[in-house]
Amino acid sequence: MISLTEVQKTLAIESPEAIENLAQKAKRLTQQYFGHTISLYAPLYISNYCSSHCTYCGFHVRNRIHRLKLTPGQINKEMAHVAQSGIENILILTGESYQATPLAYLKEAVEIAQKYFSSISLEVHPMDETEYGELFAAGVDGIAIYQETYNRHRYAQVHLSGKKKNYDYRYGAPERIAHAGMRQISMGILLGLADDVAADAHELFLHLRFMEKNFPGVEYSLSFPRLRPIKGLGFEPCLVSDLMLFKIICLARIVFPRVGINLSTRESARLRDRLLGVGITRISAASKTSVGGYTSESPEDLDPQFDIQDERSVENIVAMLKKRNFDPVLTDWRRIDNKIFS
Amino acid sequence: MDQISTTPQQIQDTPLTIAGKKFRNRFFLGTGKFKNKADVTESIVAAQVEIVTVALRRIDSEHHEENILEYIPKHVTLLVNTSGARNAQEAVRIARLAQASGCGNWVKIEVINDSKYLLPDNQETIKATEILAAEGFVVLPYMFPDLYVARQLVKAGAATVMPLGSLIGSHQGLKAKEFIKILIDEIDVPIVVDAGIGRPSQAAEAMEMGADAVLANTAVATAQNPAVAAQAFSLAVAAGRLAYLSKLPQKQSPASASSPLTGFLFER
Repeated sequence: MISLTEVQKTLAIESPEAIENLAQKAKRLTQQYFGHTISLYAPLYISNYCSSHCTYCGFHVRNRIHRLKLTPGQINKEMAHVAQSGIENILILTGESYQATPLAYLKEAVEIAQKYFSSISLEVHPMDETEYGELFAAGVDGIAIYQETYNRHRYAQVHLSGKKKNYDYRYGAPERIAHAGMRQISMGILLGLADDVAADAHELFLHLRFMEKNFPGVEYSLSFPRLRPIKGLGFEPCLVSDLMLFKIICLARIVFPRVGINLSTRESARLRDRLLGVGITRISAASKTSVGGYTSESPEDLDPQFDIQDERSVENIVAMLKKRNFDPVLTDWRRIDNKIFS
Repeated sequence: MDQISTTPQQIQDTPLTIAGKKFRNRFFLGTGKFKNKADVTESIVAAQVEIVTVALRRIDSEHHEENILEYIPKHVTLLVNTSGARNAQEAVRIARLAQASGCGNWVKIEVINDSKYLLPDNQETIKATEILAAEGFVVLPYMFPDLYVARQLVKAGAATVMPLGSLIGSHQGLKAKEFIKILIDEIDVPIVVDAGIGRPSQAAEAMEMGADAVLANTAVATAQNPAVAAQAFSLAVAAGRLAYLSKLPQKQSPASASSPLTGFLFER
């Protein structure tokens, strides 16, 4: 496994030649293991209720935003809209409220999603193994759960109250998810939270390596979201440059050649298009990051979790991918009954 | 100068027969990882491929995108693989789903429960083969070359056995050569070498030692010119097959002039 010193060294390189070499190596590996394919997914926010106070997040409990939780009818309408674009992989998101969005509510959303999508993932509050098991049996294939930062001190500084304050419960989530039989787990760090990016990335790599060794059957992916401006508070993120993000993605590809790397529309079209070649394997398209954002008649009244930068339609993204010699993959799973066999 | 006239001697090769179906081309092509679907068609046509594998997970039944099946010429035999299956039960369900979707009953069983090395789980593969063969599927299991497992697969009803040459996508060639050779010697169903074949020369090597067919995907899909690469693989497979049929002289250790052990028998 790569050492912290090696991570630090790689992320510190500055000479254009060394960076180009790093990118070439990452590109070669990506092509070797993923060929020319790029998978597409769409995020769908169904609730922004949250009981945790995370100082950097637009949905946090004390932020004065318009709180919304979609009804089954509204979820259906939003999903029908997203499905129309052709995307078959849906990522259902909520704020972290155990009261507003309990297991039963999530299962209901999953049941609706089954009508429209071949693969269903969730990015919601962490829970116990039995609950993950119920979600798997209900048709969920993947869970995204990011530690945000692996620096315990910083974690405590930015997670002031609520269940998310519990570092260890969150850290243990991937294990519980794997035990429950889930197919895919997405892990990540929120760039901009901790000032020592190398240390955070190294801890994430160790966490993933631990998961790979203990749960080899799970398909893992990594995400490196960068903090975006949020409405309502002046959180000062630690700046992570485009160059640093680029190096992190190349390094992740080199350390984990077969692991998927996701990229959301929070990054600009220009940067996204460049990052595709060196390691990214899965991107979102035409995303809305507010609850009900896809079909709302007055979207300007809605409060997004963060602002997006790449606003291109699915059609445009597909055209861009083809032009750049990538095969856009809209369908990457055929739902089979997720029963657990002994 | 007199014209030299010869009649080229045609080697009579028997076609590859799987489940009663006969194939002339012993090069199988996988359809994943290509930059576009037109390249898949071009590669099939250029190399005159007769069997292709397709992952059911990539077949869009809702017609949201270009359907890969429409890019595969009708005369080509479709071998659906169970990519994504982590155990026998999942492989069985994927195969049944493929059949129900009109993809036929030829299935390549791929049970992988290790996302880092993508090595096949032999035990689960045997279980899936047993169930699907009993249901009438033509089962071609992808496996780690182990003689005991190969025998069990045949007993379970496998139509071929598909041992890996090396890790999927590694281009490392025949790392498992000695063990594949054992399967070639001992197993009576066709042996199709699958995975890790990154160059036509490696495909030829597998055929020379007696494999019945070779499957490649990544090397073709990620070549700058996939159709030409496919053709190269197809020719290499044919060349390797001819070499095998020609019964090439075996490699010899340097000969010694004298006969230290037996010379005395002929002494007068």
